[in-house]
Amino acid sequence: MRAVVAVIGKDAVGILAKVATKCAEYNANVVEVSQSVLEDIFAMTMLVDISRLNKEFTLLVDDLSAMGRSMGLEIHTMHEDIFKVMHEV
Amino acid sequence: MIKTYDILETIRMIQNECLDIRTITMGISLLDCIDADIDKACEKVYTKITTKAKNLVKVGEDIEKELGIPIINKRLSVTPIAIISAACGCSPVPFAKAMDKAAKDVGVNLIGGYSALVQKGFSAGDIELIGSIPEALACTERVCSSVNIGSTKTGINLDACKLMGQIIKDTAEITKDKACFGAAKLVVFCNAVEDNPFMAGAFHGVGEPDCMINVGVSGPGVVRAALAKYPDADITQISDIIKKTSFKITRVGQLVGTMASKRLGVPFGIVDLSLAPTPAVGDSVAHILEEIGLEQCGTHGTTATLALLNDAVKKGGVMACSSIGGLSGAFIPVSEDAGMIDAARSGVLTIEKLEAMTAVCSVGLDMIVIPGDTTPDTIAAIIADEAAIGMVNCKTTAVRVVPAIGKDVGEELDWGGLFGCGPVMPLKKASASKFINRGGQIPAPLHSLKN
Repeated sequence: MRAVVAVIGKDAVGILAKVATKCAEYNANVVEVSQSVLEDIFAMTMLVDISRLNKEFTLLVDDLSAMGRSMGLEIHTMHEDIFKVMHEV
Repeated sequence: MIKTYDILETIRMIQNECLDIRTITMGISLLDCIDADIDKACEKVYTKITTKAKNLVKVGEDIEKELGIPIINKRLSVTPIAIISAACGCSPVPFAKAMDKAAKDVGVNLIGGYSALVQKGFSAGDIELIGSIPEALACTERVCSSVNIGSTKTGINLDACKLMGQIIKDTAEITKDKACFGAAKLVVFCNAVEDNPFMAGAFHGVGEPDCMINVGVSGPGVVRAALAKYPDADITQISDIIKKTSFKITRVGQLVGTMASKRLGVPFGIVDLSLAPTPAVGDSVAHILEEIGLEQCGTHGTTATLALLNDAVKKGGVMACSSIGGLSGAFIPVSEDAGMIDAARSGVLTIEKLEAMTAVCSVGLDMIVIPGDTTPDTIAAIIADEAAIGMVNCKTTAVRVVPAIGKDVGEELDWGGLFGCGPVMPLKKASASKFINRGGQIPAPLHSLKN
């Protein structure tokens, strides 16, 4: 089971590190990362394995979202299935 | 890995374009609750609903959070109560109260099924139920009612049209201190479907299994945003863009339904491929038609654009899910659609145009506020007209009009929330009373004879 963590906002030092640390806290293994910075706007998508989480997935969703808000970023953590069904036939 | 572009597109659809799952509706059969003692029957109804649906809201909320997509409503539909209450031989209002309490206790905002199916005539239970609708809707918060008065196979029960004209008026009267809200929870159908997840017309048909999950999708804002990217596309391309968008929306509905069904241990029924608007900005079906090229919804060209939209939504959605059902098409509830409200206020959208629109899209004259002094016979004639469109075109049509008691054209009713607000729309003044009072059955059309 995997989830996508999408981070959008103004670029700053340490975004990737903070998100990865939070994932580690929940025992979510980062599988893949893709990021780009376009004119100051930072967009990162991260694929994480959530099959061995030590807490509920929904708590991770809330936690990352709250962390995002405190850093002035939008962080959406969503099960990968929603992207697969929408974009793969 | 999933492409970043696709991830951002999905997030944009949800965050900016109001993509959501409109409803997860659990259908529950109450056939095993029938009892000649009404108190016992109501207790069984309450127990069955609260047992089957106890985890519905929690499961809905969990899925919502995991997938990151809002699931706006979690709702219930039950077997038409006229069938259940017939054995009691008295007013079925206690059933409405039991449904209301059960809905409240499991945390759903609406429960449908205070219904009767009288397309070919009334049984004693049907008469009791229909007569009790005004009281039932006035003394409950969450109960929705529907009556099927016609079908392509049976024709139209004109006596039922007449009766429902009176019942709608009475329901508005009895709830006039709540902006006549009772009438907003009452639908009159022709060709009602048994697996409709949308309120106020949902009920759980007798041919359905004991318990079932049906999902209604939405997403007018997403379709509009997709079209806005192609201002110069020809109409065939427009249809194609709608199909692709509808496919994506419906796939999410299928995913949510599958997850909910698994977690609740209840079979997954259907996805209702609908574009259901809300009064929120950016969630309007009227605005899609305007994006296609109308200055305002309701003007000439509205029927054609709506027909195209409705057809493309189905074509896109059909491949995206395992089983389609319900009403499936674009909804045009006036008070629940910001673009329709504006068009009705400006006078461009009239009831005559809405009637034409209902011939090519899902359902019918929906959430239309009419003058408070409209006679029951005129409401009955509106129902008969709409039912005729459904009967002849082999489609579902419905009437959900709200007589604004004490108000006239130029004034409005406002319910807030998903029900929105609507201006009082003018009707013809000439009477149809003689026609309505003839009574009897309008025979089924020739093309009902398909065997």
